[in-house]
Amino acid sequence: MGRPEWWERLKILLMLLPALLVLVGLFSGGLVVGLGQSLGYLPAAGLHSVTLQHYVDLLVEDAFWQSLWVTFSLAFTSTLLSTLVAVPCAFLLRDTFRGSRLVNFLFQVPIPIPHLVVAFGVVTLVAQSGMLARLLASLGWLSEPSQFPALVFDRAGVAIQLVYLWKEIPFIGLVVLAVLQNVGPDYEALAQTLGATRWQRFRHVLLPLILPAILSTSMIVFAFVFASYEIPLLLGVRFPTPLPVWSIQLYRDPDLSLRPGAMAIGVLLTLFSILWLVAYRRLMRYALRASGGR
Amino acid sequence: MSSFWRGSLVGGIGVVVGLPLLVQVIWSFAFRWYFPDLLPSEWGLHAWRYVFSDSSRVGEALLTSLGIGLAVSLLSIGIGMPAARALALHDFPGKGLVEWLLLVPIVVPGVVATMGIHLVFIHLRVADTSLGVVLVHLIPAVPYMILVMVSVFANYDTALEETARTLGANAVRVFWFVTLPAILPGLLVATLFTFLISWSQYVTTLLIGGGRVITLSMLLFPLIGGSNNATAAAISLVFVAPALLALGFTARSLAKGPSVLGGLGRP
Repeated sequence: MGRPEWWERLKILLMLLPALLVLVGLFSGGLVVGLGQSLGYLPAAGLHSVTLQHYVDLLVEDAFWQSLWVTFSLAFTSTLLSTLVAVPCAFLLRDTFRGSRLVNFLFQVPIPIPHLVVAFGVVTLVAQSGMLARLLASLGWLSEPSQFPALVFDRAGVAIQLVYLWKEIPFIGLVVLAVLQNVGPDYEALAQTLGATRWQRFRHVLLPLILPAILSTSMIVFAFVFASYEIPLLLGVRFPTPLPVWSIQLYRDPDLSLRPGAMAIGVLLTLFSILWLVAYRRLMRYALRASGGR
Repeated sequence: MSSFWRGSLVGGIGVVVGLPLLVQVIWSFAFRWYFPDLLPSEWGLHAWRYVFSDSSRVGEALLTSLGIGLAVSLLSIGIGMPAARALALHDFPGKGLVEWLLLVPIVVPGVVATMGIHLVFIHLRVADTSLGVVLVHLIPAVPYMILVMVSVFANYDTALEETARTLGANAVRVFWFVTLPAILPGLLVATLFTFLISWSQYVTTLLIGGGRVITLSMLLFPLIGGSNNATAAAISLVFVAPALLALGFTARSLAKGPSVLGGLGRP
């Protein structure tokens, strides 16, 4: 082709430009403006000076660290539980058997369902007068709704965990399943001929192959849960308030002077997300090396 | 695995997946359903009648959600398809940076960005409007569209396009008759799921729409955990309908191989 190189370059730039406008212009631009507000620069509320005061105010408060801990442990437990269920599920779904196509379909159902719908479903099932309590009552195990444990708005966040488990197990499981299907049975068969036990075949053949998928999907789940607002607000504890909920509640307050504080919480939330991400990448590299992968 | 365990597996997954949805269907037709009854003592259509009445604003919200979702998915195609093609089929300086930028909105919380955008949108007078909501929905939608379409273009052979061009087809005809048919299945699924991303948004719509742009999620949210489960259930079922349609759509391609949704998942 006789087209000059600069023309090709320009064409590629033009192809990328609209996407860059969204990613850099909207997302990064919004981040920068938000960062400015967290430093107290909010001309609309008559605030012009740049200060770290809003960060200092947060970091000296016990409530902030309690909220951070609640947010972190919520994300950590739901990620861990989802992963622990998802991986065995992927192994079960790998085999072809009578009804396996149906199970495969059922396993994918949660993927497109909105979180709000799941939240409502879980409430109607596990609330104190929910289906589960009614089932126990019909078995004669309890007579009053109050005898059923409070799983919604409880400290442990059981209802929240159930919503995330329902949504995220298929998310992780399907990616792992796709990797398993791409790998096929050949490597395992080879390892078996070479005398590898069942455990050795898993540990040294399959695990290194699926580990990148497990780690990357669980990292995405963690980041998502860590920053999510709706589910903890609907089903969660009121105090300590998870950081995303706290931030958005302050932001929605009619008092504009609370906005820098809302932004500061948001920025700290973002910084912690990046911190987890870096730690995760380290862990991933270490785990891959230790498991015998690349 | 014995057939008993397989049967339990199928049944178990069916119950766990189906129950949270089934219970909402029952609630939407319940008139009186008190503890400890396992089924409503009186059935009725009042929740559905309310949903279809003007006072519920469900029809209005449905149109708003549909309009915003369609705008977001069409814009995502226009923005995402060329970018995905550039990333999949070309090498250029800074490619790594662009790929990295795509992953950032997936991992970094959108809270700060959305709040920052809100301030800019107030100045641009698009806050509290559907246009503003469409623009902010593009942030999660566009990277998703690009990531799916990159994998579609990665298996795409440009030789056919060259042939068509040599035979005298112009750019529009090459796209319409050669490129589009080749990428259509992937593009349709990506569009469907991009639509669902917009459809399911709550907090971005709340912040940018400022309570003036009423989508279905805005109506459903305050009803969850409230006293009127029947109404909440009926609205929730309207809200979940496009997701079920998407499942029906992708179920047909399931015949080709399991886990087609594997790469399409979002947390």
